[in-house]
Amino acid sequence: MASYSTNEFRSGLKVMLDGEPCSILDNEFVKPGKGQAFNRVKLRNLNTGRVWERTFKSGESLEGADVMDHEMEYLYSDGEFFHFMDPTNFEQVQADEKAVGDAAQWLKEQDVCTVTLYNGAPLSVTPPNFVELEIVETDPGLKGDTAQGGTKPAHLSTGAVVKVPLFISQGEVIRVDTRSGEYVSRVKS
Amino acid sequence: MVALRSRAALYAALRTRFAERGVMEVETPLLASSPVTDPHIDAIATANPLSGDHPFYLQTSPEYAMKRLLAAGSGAIFQICKAFRGSEHGARHNPEFTMLEWYEPGVALESLMDEVAAVIRLAVGDKAVEHMTYRSAFLTAVGLDPHTASLDALRDCASQHMDINFESDERDTWLQLIMSAVVEPSFDGEAITFVVDFPESQAALANIAIDAQGQSVARRFEAFCGGLELANGYDELRDAGELLRRIRRDHQQRKASGQTLPPIDRNLLSAMQAGLPDCCGVAVGLDRLLMLATSSSRIDEVVAFPLDRV
Repeated sequence: MASYSTNEFRSGLKVMLDGEPCSILDNEFVKPGKGQAFNRVKLRNLNTGRVWERTFKSGESLEGADVMDHEMEYLYSDGEFFHFMDPTNFEQVQADEKAVGDAAQWLKEQDVCTVTLYNGAPLSVTPPNFVELEIVETDPGLKGDTAQGGTKPAHLSTGAVVKVPLFISQGEVIRVDTRSGEYVSRVKS
Repeated sequence: MVALRSRAALYAALRTRFAERGVMEVETPLLASSPVTDPHIDAIATANPLSGDHPFYLQTSPEYAMKRLLAAGSGAIFQICKAFRGSEHGARHNPEFTMLEWYEPGVALESLMDEVAAVIRLAVGDKAVEHMTYRSAFLTAVGLDPHTASLDALRDCASQHMDINFESDERDTWLQLIMSAVVEPSFDGEAITFVVDFPESQAALANIAIDAQGQSVARRFEAFCGGLELANGYDELRDAGELLRRIRRDHQQRKASGQTLPPIDRNLLSAMQAGLPDCCGVAVGLDRLLMLATSSSRIDEVVAFPLDRV
């Protein structure tokens, strides 16, 4: 694996620190007009999700981490593992609950997710930014109440609960932003 | 466009002010045959314009050339020019940046600080001025005397404030880290803060003097405002022998860390041997001053085209 010097640290670069794969979030260059330069770096530990702040002398380097993002299709969950497939070569990987985390509530079969692999094994799963899911349970829709702006909870087919406008009914398909968990629009069937 | 207009207005105001004070504007070459020897400054090498063997360098500051003019009897001079430093890139650094550098023979460091405050006010309006020594700044912010604290005490102090990924047995490395990461951020961002009398080991090209506590200190100041280091001023070293000793020390440090050894600027050396007048000089970062004037958080916002768009 290549190694990267502090001036190559960019947001999103994956490096090894204390034996853990990390993603660089922020790299602040600090240098007095006269004197040693430093880099104050924020990194996310990809195993634990925790954010670390470390100070380096400029010019020091870290080993790159074998962490790659792959676009993969979600196949199914067998109760223990979530199975994904790379649609270009049909290779399958299985991710455990820890790797999938909160993404689980948005996973619909055949949707394409970003699966982050570390040494070939899934480290994390990012759902598509927008998913279209069916409402399996919500209070009855209030006809004509489109301007009020009130909301009610709705249970979706994948298990997620989102706030929807009052006029939405059970059985409808809605579009949701997975980054904020917010309702976006109705999907015309 | 707002930033470009502020820049034009600031340059006009600076030129008027210097003209009124009888400080002559000069221009010196951006290309240099010998870069600075400072181990922490990385000069950008360029091809030799006449296809000779040795490279040329983009100047890291007009200091050497302007000192040659002073030695030749120019009197008070200023320059607004580009300076270049390799590997310096971040929210407050661009490898190419604009410097205002000026020298005044026969003035005291304190009067130069007053004039720097006036220049900063040209850009950012009326602000209070605070003066402290390097020692008092450290004592207030972290309770350590930077001149006498042990290496271990400095290392512990830095480690209390941040997670550190390196080891160093250089006191200056720890002092500079604590200064940049802890002491400077504690300054009143609304005021212009001057820090004077640096550790002797960080003298660069400043004279050494004994302070009221009997401590040998470098007669240098830095000016800060709004969390930015804006200016670096010196009571200028005039002793050519001492200059050579400091260059030798820089070379040793560069050798130890595997850096290139830049050639010595013989022109500067002969100018200093011929006699540099007793003078003080200062460099002001004009891009940073414009960041303050336009409330910009990144240097990219005040230059016409940032590095990734040139």
